[in-house]
Amino acid sequence: MTTQSSTNRLRSLTASLSKVEGLPIALVLVVVFVAFMITAPTVFLKPGIYMSFFETIPPMLICGLGLTLVITAGEIDLSFPAVVALSGLALAWSYRNLDPIWGPYVGIVVALAAGALVGYTNGILVARLGVPSIMATLAAQFFWYGITILLAGGLQVALVGIKDHFLHELLVGRLFRGQVIGGQNFPGLPVQALWATALAVLMWFILNRHTFGEAVSFIGDNADVARVMGINVERTRVQLFTLQGVMAAIAGILLTLDIGVFYPTQGNYLLPVMAGVFVGGTSIAGGAGSIVGTYFGMYIIGSLEAGVVATTISGYWVRVVEGAVMAGVVVLNAIMGEGRLAALSERFRHWSTREQRSIPAHMTMEKPDEVLK
Amino acid sequence: MTEHRPHEFALQMVNIEKYFGPVAALRNINIQVGRNEIVGLIGDNGAGKSTIVKILTGVYRPSSGELYIAGRKVDLSTYSVRKAHEYGIETVYQDKSLGEKQALWRNFFVGRQITRRFGFIDVKKEKELANEIMLNTIGFRGRGITVDSKVSKLSGGERQGIAIGRAMHFEAELIVLDEPTVALSLKEVQKVISFVHKIKEGGKACVYISHAIHDVYEVADRFVIVDRGEVVGNIRRSDVTLKELDEFLLGYAHGLKDKQE
Ligand SMILES: Nc1ncnc2c1ncn2[C@@H]1O[C@H](COP(=O)(O)OP(=O)(O)O)[C@@H](O)[C@H]1O
Ligand SMILES: [Mg+2]
Repeated sequence: MTTQSSTNRLRSLTASLSKVEGLPIALVLVVVFVAFMITAPTVFLKPGIYMSFFETIPPMLICGLGLTLVITAGEIDLSFPAVVALSGLALAWSYRNLDPIWGPYVGIVVALAAGALVGYTNGILVARLGVPSIMATLAAQFFWYGITILLAGGLQVALVGIKDHFLHELLVGRLFRGQVIGGQNFPGLPVQALWATALAVLMWFILNRHTFGEAVSFIGDNADVARVMGINVERTRVQLFTLQGVMAAIAGILLTLDIGVFYPTQGNYLLPVMAGVFVGGTSIAGGAGSIVGTYFGMYIIGSLEAGVVATTISGYWVRVVEGAVMAGVVVLNAIMGEGRLAALSERFRHWSTREQRSIPAHMTMEKPDEVLK
Repeated sequence: MTEHRPHEFALQMVNIEKYFGPVAALRNINIQVGRNEIVGLIGDNGAGKSTIVKILTGVYRPSSGELYIAGRKVDLSTYSVRKAHEYGIETVYQDKSLGEKQALWRNFFVGRQITRRFGFIDVKKEKELANEIMLNTIGFRGRGITVDSKVSKLSGGERQGIAIGRAMHFEAELIVLDEPTVALSLKEVQKVISFVHKIKEGGKACVYISHAIHDVYEVADRFVIVDRGEVVGNIRRSDVTLKELDEFLLGYAHGLKDKQE
């Protein structure tokens, strides 16, 4: 009986724990950073490395937030790297060719519009013309990346003086820079990390609390069900790809402002972003996505490379360690996913009490009303 | 649908045709359903029953023809599932009624959510109502199923219970059941049958589709037989015994076979 009650307690504990969205992945993030602190204390016990993660990861994260919704809807987007580049170019061009004060504002509007346009055309191809999204967005990636390089003449564009602009301060500035913490100068918290977090909160509400997010989940679950339930499947898909285009454009704007230079190759992180989303537990099968998971997943993926390098492991091992961590997390997700952990402890309870069972399984107290009838 | 004028029919389909590309799935369909009538829609696989259902519930737009709900002509160019819901038409499908990976409470209200400002869902209210439907309308009690449970954890009968409970909650004038008893146990089938009886007692209308001819015979007031996209029979229950109906269907199938040869 003691085993019974303790396994029951374990069961209810694991059941309620597995309800906390993104908990396993948050724990993995902690474990990863603790491991880094142990193996590379000189780097990971100071704020500098974390502040550099808060600078480099937000654009990836923002792309990943949109991609989470796209994958939840059972689709994929391979074209966001081109949008990150195209929107960066739109901003850089406006800054260089228009008024240096209000030019960047126009640039942001143009960049967002460009992202929306690319996303919208993706949506039309997928939803109205029925092209599978993997092909439509692969073609879009080539096409829009090609357009970007053509327009830029294959060159990078420096945004000289942008660092003094108000928009730079507002979107990618540094908070608390130069304050003395623990006898050291604090390098400053990149503001884009806060913007990315705000966007993550917004996207969480859109996915989990808005009719649009519910439509996205039902479509990814089963588009036929969604249709007979009155969801406008085609329109939702077009809106979804448009949203993803806008998200990628925001990423491109932040990236270009932060570096102060437009690089044609600035959005080349298709695979890491996808890895971040999958590590976060969003299902490739569609119908179930986790914004919280993507948030922590992207910080794991984004910090692995720099982290592993800092541990001074031989360069050849970096990718191996990265791959192993990713595989480990994805397996962990598969085990801990939606009720699996509860099922596992259920099985454990079953094993531990099997000998005591004398009545057939279908007549236990789990369905008392059936027994009564 | 603001006022309620007296009308004879819950539903009339007039000369409805449906083409999928060049293929005619439905031709010259004329079906009436009385305000308090249970119509059994019978026919072989691929006869066009589900296509008829999808047209009258706003999923498909017919290629031509007219649709009247409660005596009023429906504007087919703007007709949709949402409109059908507004007109009081609810549907229970064999398997395509619920989102498997979604929580039960979402499944009750998807497509017509209770929202606050800017389209954000009033989760608390939806869950409360869903809980009420589960306890009072469906009668789920102490089964370890809550409004937060995922549909994938439910048995076939429980799923159908959810879909039917949803239809009951929204107080439909016409409830369409498209093969609701496939993959159900005998006991669960009996629950569906008694639900159809309740529709009749409640003064509402129903279109009931099933392969189990004795189930249809038990509940329907009238049988409409569909074959290859056309209505080939329209028989009142009082004019036919179960045996005769069965023989009619069989004979019809044989007759067609003979024609083909
Ligand atoms: N979306 C569709 N596209 C093309 N053909 C379809 C579609 N839906 C149904 N059909 C065709 O219409 C006919 C009737 O199908 P259906 O209404 O599902 O039959 P039933 O429900 O009576 O078994 C079948 O030949 C089917 O192949
Ligand atoms: Mg059918």
